[in-house]
This record gives sequence, structure tokens and C-alpha cells, in this order.
Amino acid sequence: MGVRDLLSPFTAWKNLFRDPVSIRDPLNRAAAPRYRGFHQNDNAKCIGCGTCETICQNGAIDMLPVASIATKQGDSGLRPRIDYGRCCWCALCVDVCMTGSLTMSNAYTWVESDPDAFRFTPGIDKKHWDDEELGYHRPAGHQLTGRVRMHMPEMEAEERIGSFAEIVNGYSVDQAKLEADRCVSCGLCIATCPTHMAIPDYIKAVRDGDYARGVALLYETNPFSGICGRVCTHKCETTCAARHEGDPIAIRWLKRHIMDQVTPGQIRTAIGKPSAPTGKKVAIVGAGPAGLTAAFDLAKQGHAVTVFEALAQPGGMTRWGIPEYRLPYDIIDQDVDIIRSVGVDIRCNVRIGKDITLDELRSTHDVVLLGLGLQLGRATRIPGSDHADVRKAVDLLRQATAGEDFGTPRTAVVIGGGNVAMDIARTLARLQKAVYGEVRVTLTALEERARFLADPEEIKEAGEEGVVILDARGPQQVMVENGKVTGLKTWRVKAIFDEQGRFAPSYDESDEQIHAGSMVVEAIGQMTDASLLGDELTELLTWNRGRIQVDAGGRTSESWLWAVGDMVHGPDVVTAVADGHRVAASIHANLIVTEQRK
Amino acid sequence: MSYVPDRSQYPAKKADGTLDIDLTSGKYLKLWQGPNHPGITGNMSVELTVCGDEVVEGKTHVGYLHRGFEKLMERRTFIQCFPIVCRICVPEPDFNEYCYAAAVEELAGIQSPVRADWIRTLILEMGRINSYMMYLGGQAGAFGLGVIAQWTTYVRDLMLDRFEELTGARIYHMFIMPGGVRDGLPEGFDQRMEETLCEMERTLKDVYEVMFCNAVFKKRSVGVGVIDPAWLEAYGVTGPNARAAGVAKDVRKDQPYLVYSELDFAPVTGQDSDIYTRADVRRRDVLVSIDLIRQILAKMPRSGPLMAKVPNVLHWKIPRGETYIRGECSRGEYGYYLVTDGSGYPRRVNVRGPSYTHAMALLERMIVNVNISDVAGLMVSLHTYPPEIER
Repeated sequence: MGVRDLLSPFTAWKNLFRDPVSIRDPLNRAAAPRYRGFHQNDNAKCIGCGTCETICQNGAIDMLPVASIATKQGDSGLRPRIDYGRCCWCALCVDVCMTGSLTMSNAYTWVESDPDAFRFTPGIDKKHWDDEELGYHRPAGHQLTGRVRMHMPEMEAEERIGSFAEIVNGYSVDQAKLEADRCVSCGLCIATCPTHMAIPDYIKAVRDGDYARGVALLYETNPFSGICGRVCTHKCETTCAARHEGDPIAIRWLKRHIMDQVTPGQIRTAIGKPSAPTGKKVAIVGAGPAGLTAAFDLAKQGHAVTVFEALAQPGGMTRWGIPEYRLPYDIIDQDVDIIRSVGVDIRCNVRIGKDITLDELRSTHDVVLLGLGLQLGRATRIPGSDHADVRKAVDLLRQATAGEDFGTPRTAVVIGGGNVAMDIARTLARLQKAVYGEVRVTLTALEERARFLADPEEIKEAGEEGVVILDARGPQQVMVENGKVTGLKTWRVKAIFDEQGRFAPSYDESDEQIHAGSMVVEAIGQMTDASLLGDELTELLTWNRGRIQVDAGGRTSESWLWAVGDMVHGPDVVTAVADGHRVAASIHANLIVTEQRK
Repeated sequence: MSYVPDRSQYPAKKADGTLDIDLTSGKYLKLWQGPNHPGITGNMSVELTVCGDEVVEGKTHVGYLHRGFEKLMERRTFIQCFPIVCRICVPEPDFNEYCYAAAVEELAGIQSPVRADWIRTLILEMGRINSYMMYLGGQAGAFGLGVIAQWTTYVRDLMLDRFEELTGARIYHMFIMPGGVRDGLPEGFDQRMEETLCEMERTLKDVYEVMFCNAVFKKRSVGVGVIDPAWLEAYGVTGPNARAAGVAKDVRKDQPYLVYSELDFAPVTGQDSDIYTRADVRRRDVLVSIDLIRQILAKMPRSGPLMAKVPNVLHWKIPRGETYIRGECSRGEYGYYLVTDGSGYPRRVNVRGPSYTHAMALLERMIVNVNISDVAGLMVSLHTYPPEIER
């Protein structure tokens, strides 16, 4: 210790001549641009998926209904309310937000005497920092959930055009687990699925490798899981939270993956045994998805169910409409066999109205349920369309399934832009490839390509297989020379709908084309063949634009007669399944009530 | 005119080695230091038995800050633990984030990107400086030099500004995630960091003049609170407490992690192992950290990924395993022992904070025969943070 140690401390006095370093106005100090301050939520972008609530380790976030936001497809209508007594500003909620709607402002201080004010719904309860641009936003590329869909292995175009073998290979166990890992279990898909399948739960079963649990969950809501796992219109994927900043989860393929992994024995174990017989008899006309779903439910509840099918095999449009390369027949057989295993009696090659009358069914059963489907193709009614070589797509597809030779045309023109049009175009392409070695199919549709009703992958794959796809072409005349069809004349479509939004196509007549083809196929929609009802019953029933009018439970105006599926609702498998459940529940309730009244 | 203690009043030793203290004799007084002590040692207390103004026995009491973090984490998913761990050490939270992230990454088989490692190292050194700044203020304050804390708090605040612009928060940064770091350096960060480091060097010069070249401070710290080098192994003493005793223990050198093997530095050591030497070792360690930050900013890659690909964090499961991750924090060896059982939750997390050994066992040994007025200075000189004792 020396003199320096005595004098040196006095150098502190030099600070008397320095400016103070303290901040004069700490309340209005600007925070850093990344500062994690109070939350902002863009409620137009927010879908109320609740992922923020799930990840919050403080339980600071509650998803609550908000008066100004309605629940709709893909939006739960809930919004996060944040309790700043619990929030720790870790911003994990911002990091996992599926839409990027949740951000943080750089609001640094907020003084309020009311403690309840510190619990509010960002974006709904207005705050001065709502429009603040600075603050923590999830940095680009900072992802805590997977955003890219696992690629589905499938056959290349050259290979698949050579046969009717299934195109899509299905996921391996590892691939399925990785895809299932991306799901955030928000459940928006459940609300969207017509039959409200427990999607997040069965995806969890895939993650856990617990396929027995997975298949039990599938069969709770959908006895057509093998079929839907391949050809479902997967509306669920259109509302998936993951689609907002990436690819939607491959829900349909994961469902298929579960079905691919289980044996029929496991499925039968999962669905359990039917209830004790009730002594009630139900006749179902039509062994399609709607009729068979209703049959499955009613049989499980102990009713004696007999299904009458006019064609040689059950499955309805899934068998007779959808080509084998999309849905192999053994998959249909497997699903149908499970339905049979609960006691459903399916009688094929029995046409009601011809082999048995409807009255006979009525007299021998407590309830008759019609699930006729849409088996008649609609006609364009353009000149020349009455020629024998102008065919309906549904008829051709039915013949293709049956293995009948309808005379594969060397060149063909398909009218229509939906999935049925794609199905017949691709079926013809395969047949042409086998018979002539080359594909000469032209497909014309009224819509522009972007507005085709067909699935985008169907359009893409049809193109890859050599089908020439022409959009915005209106069919005008089937060209016939010497009694033989030579092609189709089309004009370019200017607009499909008029100013009032009614269907009234207008054409540019100067843009006329003739597409060569020895066969023209109409694939512009279907309708029901209700001739089995007979004139008297048809007169008695109430009709709505060509469809039988039913109540919410599927009952027609005749108390013994019910209707289900495509003939009353829209044409897709999963909607038919949902309808089958609904109508079965209604029939069951009705049968039990009648029983109790006795 | 030196002080000669009157040993005639001192308690005799019993056969088992403990002191024979008869409180009814009137010779002894029980005195509690803490838990509400304004010193930097925070929420722990020492139960002192004094004879005159000299401590004859000291018992440490902890538990005032127990929040059960280790247990809380067993009921939270791996990502949900990430915002919790920083709270285990308030003044230098980043070590918890790093050790936890590194442990999770090791067991999950994830490699954090190189750029993230550089940023992690940068953050750890920034945190070390802040921790030392808090210490220097506390050490000086314990001996009555109030102005030092004002200066060190000022430069610590400048470093908090840098933390704020880099991580988005001042104290609990929550920036080092399992998988990497949240973001890269903001625009103009290097320039502002350099200004901060220059201001820090200037302040450290002032601190040296006013604190370390100060007769009052020296009188109370030189030769006081000596840690016998022979105790180091027995008590598990690490960090500056060990280095001031001449043992160059430094995990950054001994078992390099992150990018320390690419940086040029030497552990700071001292010889006398008293309060003054420990303070001086820490002061010089700040200079090392300042140099390290300059090296990091000069060498670090400016592009590349910041996060490794991690599974969906909402249901992240980690296979069965266990690991111990360690690093050199400002107080010594910091470690995380993590056990996983294949589920989505940690089976066990054990935090090895250096304060546990320093503040409890070592302090009880050192506090005997110390004057009451030196107890605060001695406690601070071990540089302990109670939250990491009571995880």
C-alpha cells in the first residue's frame, strides 16, 4: 500500500465534470426493434387454431370466443386472450403461430392502475401499439413446426399409363411418422370433415405407431376409411392450419397409411361386436358409401339389415365410377367385408322394381332406405349427341370396371372438367395405350384451367399421361360423317355465367375448333335414376329440383321411406358417409321410439 | 496499533470437533445476516454466532428463493422448459439457456449450426461481463465504496442495450433455443458493441483507480477471506475462486465447447487467494471477455442457418439417455445434467450451479474468525447467486 492508494480514489471527482449518463425520460424510451413487448394479433389472419395456447408454458393464453368474429370453415372463431400476470414474454407463441398473425410490439412500458387491464385480447381490445411495426416478429426461416409435406412416392407417367395399377405407393412407416409430426393438433380439420373424423388423434396414433388405436378412431366415424384414404376429396386439408405458411398435412395419406398397416382382424377387433338383436328389419337399396355406412351403423345397433344392389358387386360409385388406378378393387372389397362382418346382408344383382318391388320391401321391413346414388350421366343435348358413339362417362366407367369391351376408340373427345371427366379420359388413355400403343384423347371443358372442378393433381397427371386438355371450350356440335362420329366442334367460352350469376355460357364464335375423335364422351354431371319408385310413389313424394325432399334425418314425406347419400346431397364419398351416419342415427331413434310406443 | 483478539472468550471444542457454544452464558450472540440483506448475495442468510465482533460459527440458510424449477420442468415439454431455465440465474441467465439447449441437442442427436455456435459464444461472453459488472459493484459496495456500483451499473446497462437489440429482451433473453438461436445480429450491431466495449474499458480504468488502488479497499480485502488451495478439491471450488488461488481451472480451456477452441485467450489467475485477488481476477477476466467479443465479431460467419431442423416442438420426444453439459460461467463451472426417458418431457433436470458449493459449504468454513463487518464482503467475494442454489 503506498501513496498512490491514498490519492487515486480522489480521481472519482473527475465525474463532477462529466454529463450524467442516466436517461431523463425512461417511460418514453424507444425499445429495440426486436424487443418482445406486448402482443399484437392480426385477427383477419388469425384462424384461432390455438397453437399459441398449447405451447404457452405459463398458461397465460386462453382461446376465447370474440363477438366480432364468426366461426367458419378453417376458423374456430376463437382468439387468444393473454394474461400479462402470467406471460413471461418468451414469444414461443409467436414462434409457433401457424399464420404469422401473432406478433409482439416493442411497446416498452405501460402504466395502468387497473390490474384487470393487463388481461386482454390483442387486436380486439385496442391498444396504442396495435399498429406498431417494430417489435418481435418471427424471423424468416425460424420454424418450430415442419412446413414441407413429405413427398408421396408414386409411379411415373410412362409406367402408370401402361396399366391400371395403383399410382400412389403410400407412405412407409418412417415417412408417415415424419408427416404426422408436422400436425399441431388444432382440430380445425375435424370441424371441416363432413363426418368429423378424429383427425388429430389418429395422426397422433401414427406418430406413436399405435395403429390399433388409429384404426379404432377411424372406424368411429368412417367405415370407408380404406376408400377415403385414397379418394377422399380431403376438404380437411383445405382448412389445415399448416397450409397458411406451408403445405397442409397429408391427412388423407395418413388415413390410408393406418389402413395399409392393419389387418382385417385388427379392424374387426377395433370395431367390436354388434349390440343384441332388436328384431327390427331395415332394407337398404343401393350398396354405395351412404347405404353401406347406414347399414354398418344400424347393424352394429342390432337391427337386421339387408342391402339390395342392382349391380354385380357392392361399392357403388367407388367401384363402378372410380378407376382402379386410383382405387384398387381389393381395397373396396376389404372395406365392404368389414361391413359384412357386423352382420350386414348384401344381396347383389337384385334390382328393385324388377326382381323385387318396392312394395314387397315395404311389407317385409320396418324401414326402407334409398341410397341410389347418381348413376345417370347428364347429356349436353348438342346436335349430333344422340349418336350411338356419343357416350356418357359413367356408363363407360361402369363397363370398364365390369371388364366389358365397349370398343376402345382410336381417338376420343371428352366433354367436362371434373374428376369424372379426368377419370374417363385417363381410362381411355390406358385402353388406347394397350390397344393402339398411343394416347389420343382430347378433353374440353367450359371452365378456365384454374377453375376446373377436378383436383389439380388429376389435371396434372392426365396431362402427363398424354391427354390433351383444352380449357374454356364450349361444345357446339358432334361432327358426324357417313354415320360415323368424326369429332367435336367447340367455340371459345367468353363467360360461363351471366351478370346475375346464372349458368348461361357466352361464346366467341370466331374461335371455332374441331377436335378429332371417333367417340365423344359426355362427363358433365350425373343424376338419379328414380324409376324404381313407380309413378304413384313419385307423385306422392315431395321433390326439390329433381331430388327427393327429406327432413334433417333423411326421412321422405312417406314415413316408411328414407333417402340418403348422393341422391339427396352432393356427390362425394365422405359426404355420403356422413349422411349415412346421420340417417342411420335418425332411423335407429325412430325404430326405438316405435318399439317403446308399442 | 493492531487489533489483538481476546481468545480467552473463545468457545472450546467438544470431542466431536464441534464448538461448545453455551448461549445462556451471555458470551455469545446470535446474529442473522439476511435474507433481506441489501448486498448482492441476495436471498440467502447466514446465521452467525458471534463472540464480541468476531464470528465463531456461521450456518448458511437457503430456500428463500425456492421455486422448484427442476421439478416444474419435469411437467413441461422440452420446448416449454426453454423459457424457464433462464430464471435459474438472474444476473447471468444465458448459461442456463446454453447448457439446457446443448443437453437437449445431444440427446436428440441434433447439431446446432456453426453460426449459431458463434452467436451463442458471443452471448455467453456478454453475459459474463454483465455478471462481473454486477459483482464489482457489489464487492465495492460491501466495503462502503458506493460509487463503483453506479459506474458498473451504467456500463452493464449499455451491455443490456446490446442484449436488447440482439435478443429482444434485457434480462431474460430467451434466445438460445434447443436447435440454435432465434436470429442473427442486427444491422450495425458491431459498431454499437465496439462503442460499448470502449466505454466499458474506460470505466474499468476508473474502477481500477478508485477501487483497486484504494487504501480502504485494500485494507479490508488484502489477506482477508483466504481460500486455502488445499480446499479446492474438497469443496469443488471452480472459476475465479479457484483461479485466484493459483489453479488455472477454466472449462473454456480444459474442455472447450462452442467455438472457444478457435479463440485466443488465457485463463486469468492470481496467487494470494484473498478477497482482493479474487476481485482482481474478475476485473481482468472482464478484459479477457472484451477481447473475446472482439475476436468473435471479427471471426464469426455472417451467413448460414441459425437453427438446426428440429422436430415439431409441440410433441418433441427425445430417446432415453442422459448427459452432463458443462461450461465456464462467471462464477465457475456451470452444468446441466439431463435425463430423458423417451417421452416428451425431461425425466430429470439437475442444475449444477457453482454457487451451491461456494455459498453453502465453503462459506461456513471461511466465515469463522471473521469480523462481523467483513462478513458481507466475504460473502460477495465468493460471487454467489442464490437462485442457482435453490433450483
